[in-house]
Amino acid sequence: MTVDVAPGATPSGYPPIPMRRIVTTEVRKLFDTRSGFWLGAGVGLLALLATAAVAALSSDAGMTYRAFTTAVDYPLTVVLPVVAILSVTSEWSQRSGLTTFTLVPRRGRVVAATAGACVGVAVVTAPLALAVGALGNLAGTSLAGIAPVWDVTATSMLTIVLSNVLGVLVGFVLGVLLRSSVGAVVAYFVYALVLPALAVVLAGSQAWFRTVQPWVDLRYAQGTLVDGTLTAAQWEHLAASVALWLLAPLAVGLVAVVRAEVK
Amino acid sequence: MIAVEGLTRRYVGFTAVDDVSFTARPGRVTGFLGPNGAGKSTTLRILVGLSAATSGTATVDGRRYVDLPDPGREVGVLLDPSAQHVGRTGRETLTIAQRFMGLPRSRVEEMLALVGLTAQESSRRVRDYSLGMRQRLGIATALLGDPAVLVLDEPANGLDPAGIRWMRGLLRDFADRGGTVLLSSHLIHEIEVVADDLVVLAGGRVVARGPKADLLAAAGPAADGGGLEQLFLDLTEGALT
Repeated sequence: MTVDVAPGATPSGYPPIPMRRIVTTEVRKLFDTRSGFWLGAGVGLLALLATAAVAALSSDAGMTYRAFTTAVDYPLTVVLPVVAILSVTSEWSQRSGLTTFTLVPRRGRVVAATAGACVGVAVVTAPLALAVGALGNLAGTSLAGIAPVWDVTATSMLTIVLSNVLGVLVGFVLGVLLRSSVGAVVAYFVYALVLPALAVVLAGSQAWFRTVQPWVDLRYAQGTLVDGTLTAAQWEHLAASVALWLLAPLAVGLVAVVRAEVK
Repeated sequence: MIAVEGLTRRYVGFTAVDDVSFTARPGRVTGFLGPNGAGKSTTLRILVGLSAATSGTATVDGRRYVDLPDPGREVGVLLDPSAQHVGRTGRETLTIAQRFMGLPRSRVEEMLALVGLTAQESSRRVRDYSLGMRQRLGIATALLGDPAVLVLDEPANGLDPAGIRWMRGLLRDFADRGGTVLLSSHLIHEIEVVADDLVVLAGGRVVARGPKADLLAAAGPAADGGGLEQLFLDLTEGALT
């Protein structure tokens, strides 16, 4: 440094960092690491493979827009929660949080911005999945020489988006709560793969569980979302299970994140 | 100016930082010395809001660090060069910091040039960086926002002799232009050649502080032979026994 200007000679009294800047930076951080890049590229590749598989393997009657969107949406529902998990946990396991929390010391703002970034990605990718599904439907049916069937209503498109957002939020909350990449990913797959099987067994054998299941089983409530229209009671079930699986653990995790020593 | 007053941090069973008070003034390099485990890093972490104090205050120009609106623009911090995401390239690591601070993109290239990371090196992942390269990247991050205050924990670690000399010149120049430098180290020689003021910590307590020249003079003949090293050993051993 040979410039003869005092360090920090620019006028002081900087404006606070706007939330928008933190959110857009957090979005960039989702995909600028090696793992982030491959998770993003993997989703794209899997979506194309899923489209090809439906076109090649399904019967003429089964080749509908719903079949294509479900197939394309599936890799999103698996990978995006993992992206959300890593967005929080890598700050702790890779210790890059040391820089993040030094540049943005109000940790609640960072956590909120990361949540915003993850939800934003889920909201933007769902219409992409619907578009890829539509292209697949057009291509598949024209190859098979049949008329395309458009059986996804606008309402169920919205519920697909909402369902993807919920999945991402579950990953995000597990990340905030556990702050460990391995722990949170394992917990997510227990939630996504083991708990539903357990719920089926319980519902089959225990009458009391059948009564409470709609209220406490978020994936059950999420399933009703993807299936289409919801009754008022189903919205109440969704709200209850969101409070149980998202809000309560988020509150616990947030307190821990704000208090934790960043080393 | 950095002002630390009555800072204490207790953990279950021990006190890491015990009623520590000192100031680091503009235009001077303040050396923060102490043996391993003396509480230097804990003090610096509390100063920048990464840990909470049990009692006492730490301020930068009269404000708590966490109350600074855009702290990277006012205080450059390097606490641990290894605390970086290894899957990011060096340039991307800087770009993230540049975006948080809302600085022009050109600042990233300027800082890479300043710390001597080539275009090829900055395109590599931090995973493949030596400690010295991580240290340079950390310095670049700290200087990115053109701050008036620098807080650095062991920045000479992992640098080669040429790197150490470069770092010394950089800090001297920064202070000579009116900047405040708080430089922690257990490498006595490094502190001796660059620091104007000293704060010596041992067992979580301040055992000496003041201008380097005064401390050496007050130590008298005992310090003459070994200079700061002998003074340091006398001070810290006394505190521990």
